[in-house]
Amino acid sequence: MSDANEIERFIREHPFFEGMADEHIKRLTGCAERVCFPPGTFIFKEGEEARTFFCIQSGRVALEIHAPPKGSVQIDSRKAGDVVGWSWIVVPYRWYCDVRAVEEVCALAFDGACLRGQWDENPRLGYEMYQRFVPLMHRSLQATRLQLLDIYGAK
Amino acid sequence: MPLPGIATHGDDPMVPHPAPILAVRQETLDVFTLTLDVSSFARPFSPGQFTMLYLFGVGEVPVSISGDPACPERLEHTIRAVGSVTRPMQELKRGAALGVRGPFGSGWPLEAARGKDIILVAGGIGLAPLRPLIYRLRARRDDFGHISILYGVRSPADIVYQDELADWNDAAGMDVSLTVDHASPDWQGNVGVVTTLLDELHCDPGNTLAMTCGPEVMMRFVIRALNHLGIADHQIYVSMERNMQCAVGLCGHCQYGPAFICRDGAVFRFDGIAPFFSIREL
Repeated sequence: MSDANEIERFIREHPFFEGMADEHIKRLTGCAERVCFPPGTFIFKEGEEARTFFCIQSGRVALEIHAPPKGSVQIDSRKAGDVVGWSWIVVPYRWYCDVRAVEEVCALAFDGACLRGQWDENPRLGYEMYQRFVPLMHRSLQATRLQLLDIYGAK
Repeated sequence: MPLPGIATHGDDPMVPHPAPILAVRQETLDVFTLTLDVSSFARPFSPGQFTMLYLFGVGEVPVSISGDPACPERLEHTIRAVGSVTRPMQELKRGAALGVRGPFGSGWPLEAARGKDIILVAGGIGLAPLRPLIYRLRARRDDFGHISILYGVRSPADIVYQDELADWNDAAGMDVSLTVDHASPDWQGNVGVVTTLLDELHCDPGNTLAMTCGPEVMMRFVIRALNHLGIADHQIYVSMERNMQCAVGLCGHCQYGPAFICRDGAVFRFDGIAPFFSIREL
């Protein structure tokens, strides 16, 4: 089976893409590649150009912010089945934190410029993708608000 | 005359019994577990019940029982040192004594959980009141379906019962998921609030009971997430905390709508208190 077929199969099976039309899945397949990172690798770093988003197939990543003098602080994590990265959608397309592979990570990497080009040709695909990314952003914002409350501290 | 709903065993529930400390275990920097010898006045307790612990000459605090219900003569309490009573309590050594009243209040719905999948959601020291229930679930493991324990803490240094968490996951047939709010780079586990663990849970909502204990704001968001999974309010139990003083429903300090937390709780089925849960003045 070709790599493109494998990629298409993974996209079809991933909950993030559930219900997406065949035509859109084929367009996404053309913008994706399989990538793997050994443990400890920085997949991207804060301030770098955000060109990609990742659907994790296996392994775990840590989202970190370097906060001197404490050093790096893990602020979130993602594992198999999760999606990492939305800075590629938002101007100026820069990562706001570091993402590091905690374990060996294999993922599908979607090229942001390629996707945005597809959306220009097919706005319905862009709408479909925003419908999927906005709930992720919403959940992340809600979780961040709870983290800010430091709810487990002294009562 | 015995007070309704209070297991006095002929004793005055307002009189503390002296109980020597058998062991002190430091769980985290500010959380410790005391094992008390109550063999001279031991009485059975239900998981979820609490006692009043009296530091002689200083004051009295309500603390959930965190030990094994199979050993009621050795009461365990896991306590965070945060106030004028619990801070000096942390300095106590083996052989010192505390006054004990109780046990008081309602317990987790063990019998109602038979045959069902169970989700336990704990935040911070909120794992302590669930621990006796976990011992009971383990002792009768075949009586229950899938058991998930979801536990959130501020940081890896704040995890209590570390060894037991691993044991419950590895040997007791329960799925333990742990997450921390933030961590240093050497942490290998989940990072994020405890509600994010519920996003990943697969359960049969019609045959599930959920029980949660932790800060009230955490439980509010946990209940929303459980409802989102299809688990209704009548399938959710919460352990509430208020300013409990008499522990027998007389003083009124812990009044919560028509209920007293000390007498009618601290464990409530959520549909019974849902109308009051969103009233900020309560």
